[in-house]
Amino acid sequence: MRSDTRLLRFAPLWGLCVALLFLSGCAPLPSGGVADGPAPTAQARYEWLNRITWGANTSTARVVEQQGSARWLQQQLQPQGASLPESAQATVSAMTISQTGLTDLVATMEKQRKDADALRDDVAKKAAQQAYQQELNRLAREAATRHVLRALYSPAQVQEQMTWFWLNHFNVHLSKHNLRAMLGDYEDSALRPHALGRFRDLLGAVSYHPAMLRYLDNDQNAAGRINENFARELMELHTLGVDGGYTQKDVQELARVLTGLGVNMNSSNPNLRKELNRLYVRKGIFEFNPQRHDTGPKALLGQAITGEGLAEIEQALDLLTRHPATARFVSRKLATFWLSDTPPQALVDRMAATWRATDGQIARVLETLFTAPEFTNARPTKFKDPMRYVLSSVRLAYDDKAVLNVGPVLNWINRMGQPLYGRQTPDGYPLVASAWDSTGQLTTRFEIAKAIGSGSAGLFKTDGPQATEKAAFPQLANALYYQAIQNGLSSATRAALDQANSPQEWNTFLLAAPESMRR
Amino acid sequence: MQRRQFLHTALHTSAAAALSLPGVQLHAATGPTTGAPRFLMVFLRGGMDAASLLPPVSSSFYYEVRPDIAIAKPDADLTSALPLTADWGLHPALRDTLYPLYQQGELAFVPYSGTDNLSRSHFETQDSIELGQQNHSSTAYGSGFLNRLATQLQGRPAVTSPAPMAFTDQLPIALQGELRVPNTSLRNLSKPSVDTRQSRIIAAMYQGTALEGTVQSGFAVREQVMREMSAEMDAASRGAITAKGFELEARRIARLMREQYALGFVDVGGWDTHVAQGGATGYLANRLDELGQGLAAFSQEMGSAWRNTVVVVMSEFGRTFRQNGNRGTDHGHGSVMWVLGGAVRGKQVVGEQVQMSAATLFQNRDYAVLNEYRSVLGGIFKRQWGLSDSQLSNVFPGFKGARDWGLV
Repeated sequence: MRSDTRLLRFAPLWGLCVALLFLSGCAPLPSGGVADGPAPTAQARYEWLNRITWGANTSTARVVEQQGSARWLQQQLQPQGASLPESAQATVSAMTISQTGLTDLVATMEKQRKDADALRDDVAKKAAQQAYQQELNRLAREAATRHVLRALYSPAQVQEQMTWFWLNHFNVHLSKHNLRAMLGDYEDSALRPHALGRFRDLLGAVSYHPAMLRYLDNDQNAAGRINENFARELMELHTLGVDGGYTQKDVQELARVLTGLGVNMNSSNPNLRKELNRLYVRKGIFEFNPQRHDTGPKALLGQAITGEGLAEIEQALDLLTRHPATARFVSRKLATFWLSDTPPQALVDRMAATWRATDGQIARVLETLFTAPEFTNARPTKFKDPMRYVLSSVRLAYDDKAVLNVGPVLNWINRMGQPLYGRQTPDGYPLVASAWDSTGQLTTRFEIAKAIGSGSAGLFKTDGPQATEKAAFPQLANALYYQAIQNGLSSATRAALDQANSPQEWNTFLLAAPESMRR
Repeated sequence: MQRRQFLHTALHTSAAAALSLPGVQLHAATGPTTGAPRFLMVFLRGGMDAASLLPPVSSSFYYEVRPDIAIAKPDADLTSALPLTADWGLHPALRDTLYPLYQQGELAFVPYSGTDNLSRSHFETQDSIELGQQNHSSTAYGSGFLNRLATQLQGRPAVTSPAPMAFTDQLPIALQGELRVPNTSLRNLSKPSVDTRQSRIIAAMYQGTALEGTVQSGFAVREQVMREMSAEMDAASRGAITAKGFELEARRIARLMREQYALGFVDVGGWDTHVAQGGATGYLANRLDELGQGLAAFSQEMGSAWRNTVVVVMSEFGRTFRQNGNRGTDHGHGSVMWVLGGAVRGKQVVGEQVQMSAATLFQNRDYAVLNEYRSVLGGIFKRQWGLSDSQLSNVFPGFKGARDWGLV
């Protein structure tokens, strides 16, 4: 075949070796147990892996082959202590957000802000305020860098995708107040640990996190000065969904339930009336202040709220989690993220049934999805959003050779309008193609395809005064990728690949092909 | 044949030949005639201080509460306000750029304008304006009023069916929605790395797929942008001084709006002046100067198409009327809309107004909003495209009462 000769001409040798290792066995991936794997063809396995990870690559394929797809999938759903490659881990470990807890970090930043504000001289004040903003930017950049390194290289690929999914579902935006100092902790303490756990635990962690409380203004929500923002989004976006059967009255009642839940960035606690002391809760900068809480009787979704203080909020979160609308709404969103802009209703129904049967165990709901024939037999039709397009391309091109600089990755997703923590509205980025397949988006995507396909694109350039760039070659033209998907490539794509004048151009065309846009 | 025209034709031909995209008409063939209405929205993100742009020079209260940053009453002094009406002056930084347009009758202002959103949050207010919906009516993110306007105007004769375009990196909410709108930032243009041959090969891969048209028109838009920009490179190579910053961007936008896109959006940041914003000179004055130069350049570059053009400049909100402890201003409410263009009946400061005093402050801190932005825009859209009330209610759902201030 013409393509094969071209392939051999360009294929780097070690890439071929790895690929042969995977393909030579060519035994169907073992399947069995509850978690059935993909159909036993190289193409089907590639597509399955491409759908279940941030992007198929040779090293992950090898692990799946060694472990068997059923066991590998179970490990994905119950990840334990996923480790990063050494260089990536070293980068993460050296970060301020890895070394300083939320409370200390916010205290440091608050001091810097107040010191700057107290300056009398306008010029000096402006410089100090800029320094404060730059430090906040640096902290946000650390969080984004860590997120990308884990997405690219963590063996716990399902957990990493779910962390992004929940980050988007429970969206916060970096430009509000000092949220940039909170992003790292929000992700690491509220989202990632619960990403595959009980939805109720996740919802609780998010709802009590200062990042969310500040983003949706619940730190301003107090008895007699109701702010409905968080209450509304908690029902509309986080749990029941916009058609979930709640009323404007429910929004107002929930807002009253949520009064007093907020943030205290001072070192001292407020002075409370004596009888309220037992209801006061503080953990770091999180605070429940009973003096700001509306103590009147309340009813939510037809049920009386009977607790006292923070217990009211716990009761409300229980109620929202167990509501059937929440099972339906979140299940549909999960299926939309993982499989299709228009997921089959029967599949969504089965996921929602699992949700109700397991009291919202996210991993079990995902298992229902991943092992469904609608999932394992699906053709790649889901359009990759910018995050996935960039990550899957880098994973494919460089496999487990960890990049030294994720700056280009962050710039690419920024250029395509999906920066991490950059969605202003609480609804999160859209999960459907129409948001990401516009004219400008696609021409930008082709430019990025060329950058990734042509060389290291700065991914292996270290920062700092003595920046060095290591040589790196994208490994796209390896037999694994090509043989695994060649049957899925259209004749037009093959014809384009045949016109490549260099390995770099071959890579560019492959990453720009329609087949590389979908999974 | 003049050099520029030759270059234009040569590039056009080579691009067309090289791309040879079936089903894609190159834009020059379908662009608006100079007589077609054009509308550009310039969104100032960050909350521009209306009281510095348009100092209320008849208000003694203004001079009381802004001891360090007020603009002096019109006077011979070059740092004093430029006279507009008995009540209003114009920031002196706009003396050479926009003031002439005002005097020629091509620039008007609508003070006391804005939205009823009271969050005083930048992003929430910006979004609510771009969504153009009733506040709190729904959270239908993802459908902006300019997209709905373009949708309403679809299917009209080519001359009045404006091709929309966002001159931004990301499609702004105002242009998101049902209609597919291209977006390209013109701020930092670099030569595309995917060359013409590669573009043709990539486009060929998409033949017969659902994205065929999108990919082809994406490349065509890119070719169009690069072709228009060749004039700029040509000028630069002959030693002309290249415009910088917003002026350069505005000239590029004008070239595209002159040739092809009749409905545009661009945003300009940097208006959040909590500290040391300055008065007749200083930080804010520099920003206004840069913006004024860009808008004036846009008017020149539009050529004869300027006659049918309306540009609206607005910000999400104004700022506090009193200066704060940092010789700056904090987030306020009412702002001012600037309306300029060859089609504009300018040299007037229109809309509902009150005498500015302590008693007329909104919540004892801001300009009130007496002219809802949808009312002002609706009036302009009615005039520009002859929209009916029911068509306008599709552009601004739930909003009635577009007010025709005779701006166009």
